[in-house]
Order: sequence, then C-alpha cells, then structure tokens
Amino acid sequence: MIGDFIKGLFLMLWRVVSDQPDAKADLLPVFAPPLQPVISAVLTVSPILIVFASLFALTTWIERKGLGRIQNRLGPNRVGPCGLFQPVADGLKMLTKEDIVPRSADKLIHFLAPIVLAVPTMLAFAVLPYGRNLVPIDIDAGILFFFAVGASTELAIFMAGWSSRNKYSLLGAMRAIAQMISYEIPLIISSVAVIMIAGSLSPVQIVEQQSGYLFGGLVPHWFVLTPWGLAGFVIFLIASLAESNRSPFDIPEAESELIAGHLTEYSGFKYALFFMAEYFGMFAVSGLAVTLFLGGWHAPFEFLDFVPSYIWFFSKLMALVVLFIWIRGTVPRLRVDQLLNFAWKFMLPMSLLNLVVAAVWHFTAVWNFPGAILGRWLLGAVMIAVPYVVLGRALTGSKKVTLRTYRFAN
Amino acid sequence: MGIAFAIIAALTLVSGIAAMSLRNLVHCALCLAVTFAGLAALYLQLGAQFVGFAQILVYIGAVAILVVFAILLTRSGEPVPHPVVSRSAIVGVAIAVVVFSVLTKLILSSAIIHRTLPDKPSPTVKQIGTQLMTYYVLPLEVIGLLLTAATIGAVIIAMQEKKKALPSLPVEQGKVHAELHHAPKAADDLISQP
Repeated sequence: MIGDFIKGLFLMLWRVVSDQPDAKADLLPVFAPPLQPVISAVLTVSPILIVFASLFALTTWIERKGLGRIQNRLGPNRVGPCGLFQPVADGLKMLTKEDIVPRSADKLIHFLAPIVLAVPTMLAFAVLPYGRNLVPIDIDAGILFFFAVGASTELAIFMAGWSSRNKYSLLGAMRAIAQMISYEIPLIISSVAVIMIAGSLSPVQIVEQQSGYLFGGLVPHWFVLTPWGLAGFVIFLIASLAESNRSPFDIPEAESELIAGHLTEYSGFKYALFFMAEYFGMFAVSGLAVTLFLGGWHAPFEFLDFVPSYIWFFSKLMALVVLFIWIRGTVPRLRVDQLLNFAWKFMLPMSLLNLVVAAVWHFTAVWNFPGAILGRWLLGAVMIAVPYVVLGRALTGSKKVTLRTYRFAN
Repeated sequence: MGIAFAIIAALTLVSGIAAMSLRNLVHCALCLAVTFAGLAALYLQLGAQFVGFAQILVYIGAVAILVVFAILLTRSGEPVPHPVVSRSAIVGVAIAVVVFSVLTKLILSSAIIHRTLPDKPSPTVKQIGTQLMTYYVLPLEVIGLLLTAATIGAVIIAMQEKKKALPSLPVEQGKVHAELHHAPKAADDLISQP
C-alpha cells in the first residue's frame, strides 16, 4: 500500500517533469474508487496554488529589487542572500499583525470582500494550459470562463470600498470599477480576434493552432507575429495593466490622492490577501496573454523543442511580469479623465478595427503568389498604422506636445 | 440532482428572499448578486456551459455593478427607517397565493406533464455559435442593430446634458455648473503654456 503510494507519487512527479501525459495514472488506483475524484482534484489544485504562491513571493522580491534599481537605490537586502527571503519576513509580519476593523464598518461585508476577491482570481488559473499535458480543466468555453470569473472581482472591490465606511475607500472602489469596466471591453475584443481566427473558445485548441514553424523552424507560428496579433497583443497588454490596477493605471489606489483606495481600512492578513489577489490577477491575465498571442507552451525555435513545455510557459509569463514591473518603474500615473478617454476614444476603436484586420488576414489566406505573406503583412500593418496615426493626431488635437527635460535625471 | 442541487437551490432562494426583505439597499443588491450566482450554478449543473458563464459575465459583472452604482448615485445607501413590509403586504400575499394555486392547477391539468422528455441535449459552445451565425443570423443582426442604436442613444443623451441643459438651469446652479464645466479647459490652457 505505502510502497505503491510512494512509487505512484514518484512516477507522477517524473511524468510531470518530463512532459508526459496521464501523470496521475499510477497514483490514483492506490486509493479506493469513491475517493479517487477528490484525490485527483487535490492533486490538480495544490500544485497550482503552491507554484503561484511562490511565484507571488518571488515577484514581490523582483519588483522591489527592480524598482530599487530603476530608482537608484538598493531595495531589500537584509533578509537572506540579496534580500531573497524578504517575502517570507513580510508574510510573517502580515500574519502576526493586528486585524483592525473600523467601528462603523459593515463587519460581514468587510470580512467577506478579500475572500470574494481571492477566490475568482484563483479560479481563473483553472483553464490555462501550462504545458503540453498540463491543463487543469480542458473545457470548451475556457476563455469565456476566464472572463466570467474575472468580471466577478469587480463586485468584491466594491464590497471592500463600501463596507469600510471611508470616503477614500469608496472613491477608490468607484474609480477601480469604472476603470475595470472600461478596460474590460478592449481586453475582450482584442481576444475575440484570436477566437475568430482560431475558431475556438478553448485555450487548449488556441495553443494548438499556434504550433508549427516557418522558414526552417526559425519563426514560430504565434499569433503575435501577425499584424492583427501584434496590435491585439499590445491592446491586450495595456488593457490587462489597467485590469490588474497596475501602474500607470493605479489610479484606484493613488497614494497622493486616495491613501490606498479600497485598501485603506484593511490591515494584517486581509491586506495581504488583497495584495495577493492583485498579483494573482496579474499572473492570470499574463498567462492568458501568453496563451492567446505568444504561442502558449510552444518553444520559440524548433531546435529548442526538447526543453519541457511548462518551462516555456512560465518563462514567457515571467517575462511579461517583468515587463509590467519595468513599465511601473518608468511611466507616471494617468489622471482619471485621461484614463477613461484613452479607453473609450482610442482603445475601443483600435480593438474594433483590429477585428476587421483579423478578418482581412483570414480571407487573404487564399493568396498564393510569391511573397504573399509579405503582402498580407504589409496590408494588415497599413490598415492598423494609418488609423493609429490619424486617431492619435485627432485626439491630441491642438495640444502642443514638446519634449520634456528632467533636470535631475540627466 | 441530489445534494449539490439542494445546496444551490437553497442558496438561490434564501438570497432571493434576503434581496427582497433586507433594510439596507446595498445588502439587497449584494444578495441579488448571490442569487445570480446561484442561477449560474444551476445552469452549469444542467450542463449549459455557455449560458452559465454568460450569466456570470452579464449579471454579476455588469447588472449587479449597475444596480450598485445606481443605488450609490441616487441615494446614500443608508438603511430606511420605516419597516420594509408595508400594510398592504397581506393583500399581496393573498394575491400571490391565489395566482400560484391557479397556475399549479392549470399546469397539473394540462398535457405537459404527460409528455415524455426528449434526450438531454448537450449543446457545445461551438454548436451554439454555428446556429447563431447560420439559422438565427437575422435575429442576431436585429439585436445587434438594436443594441447599437441604444448605445448611440445613450451617448447622445449624455452629450445633450453637457451642452443644452446648462442655460436652462437657475442662475446660481448654472454658475457652479459652468465653472465646473470650464475648469478642466482652464487647466489645459495652463499646462500648454510654456
């Protein structure tokens, strides 16, 4: 019994590490048949939680170190080598801190808000294909599921802001919801282009559509390498920055105006839960960007195909996260009116136009003269670049844009 | 069916009743969101993935938020002092009981309950999409046109409020509004000056 269990466990780990299907095949028969579904679910869920919780810890460290580097300071450097154990210290501090609830707060909703926020962000991890054989749930409407659980986080932020009975919290929550609703539309429309081309809502099939290589295995068949895919990827990235309330779209928790927005009245581990949900949301939406545009778990070159698929997925994910951190360290915060104008007047028309470009790309697939790919690429690129310039000029209007000089940075 | 159905049904019913009877309007709205979630869970349990996810996306992601915004923008969300159950409640309950019993009698005496149920359909999202784009393409386009018209109408209503409503306001209010309206422009001018 115990021997079988250990053997099954090792076989499972080996199969996961070496990218083989049916990892649980030897471990599950050890248990009684009625227990098997539960054990199977636990075996699927726990690695997701462990991996993303440790990625969360690692990312906070990378973020603080990276921002420190950008801002010409050291960042955390006391706990562990290079401050690597700082997240552990922070977690312990959060756990042992007093949990303060304002006297006039709505106690029940104040308590429920972080939970209602954390659960959907974790659910979003369920449909992403992490590797060739690593898909927690392979459902037909996976992308729809992702956006559905993503949409239910807005209510949690409202609950947090309203129940705190603090005007900063409420203002922050209202801003957050307005921002999330506005940017959800370009986010979804830019992924609709991928769904149209792939002809499927299933993340697994979308990744399969991006397999294969061109030009002797040097250029992958990823959607980001098409004109509509590139434009869609950029729109998706900007919208996902706004969805996860990251800088330059961190208006809901703008320190200089709103203290910390809807997080103002939260302390201790509830605050940590909000913080974690924010980072989990960032991971989930980056994972979806990798799945939709960056070829999922496929290797960038054919000769690198021997590297296990999940390594590629997580490298791409972390590359996107580092890009987010870089943007945070570089770009200043927007004003509320700028943010909403940008969403409705620029992002929305561009994402709708991107749908048309995707359709043109699809229908010009029958072209077969020499250099057809180049011709299609140029056609798509022109169809996006010209409206981009025209719309950008029209929206900037008569405002004079001059080069700014920063005295202290030069 | 079974335990899962019982839990979901109880949750939906209880939150629905709470949404009707709680004093605080925001609590009611949140309970309504739980009801929506319960309905979505029921759809999912019936194997209707698309409907279930669309229910979450539309009702929890949009309708509940809209309700909450409407409450916050119209009144302060403070609990109402007087009791929610009014004196005409007894009449209402009586009417509800009569209507329910009539409907039950009609359903039980009709031929519907003797009909054999068809095989459980398992529509995939792909099938729904194909049907929408082929057989039901005209209704789909009509709905699309209607929604576009509604969106444009909403934009036009919002625009009129800015330009035409101002002169008709009383003097003092109009002054404040005009100042508010011109404030961003003045700020813009300030910024663009070298």
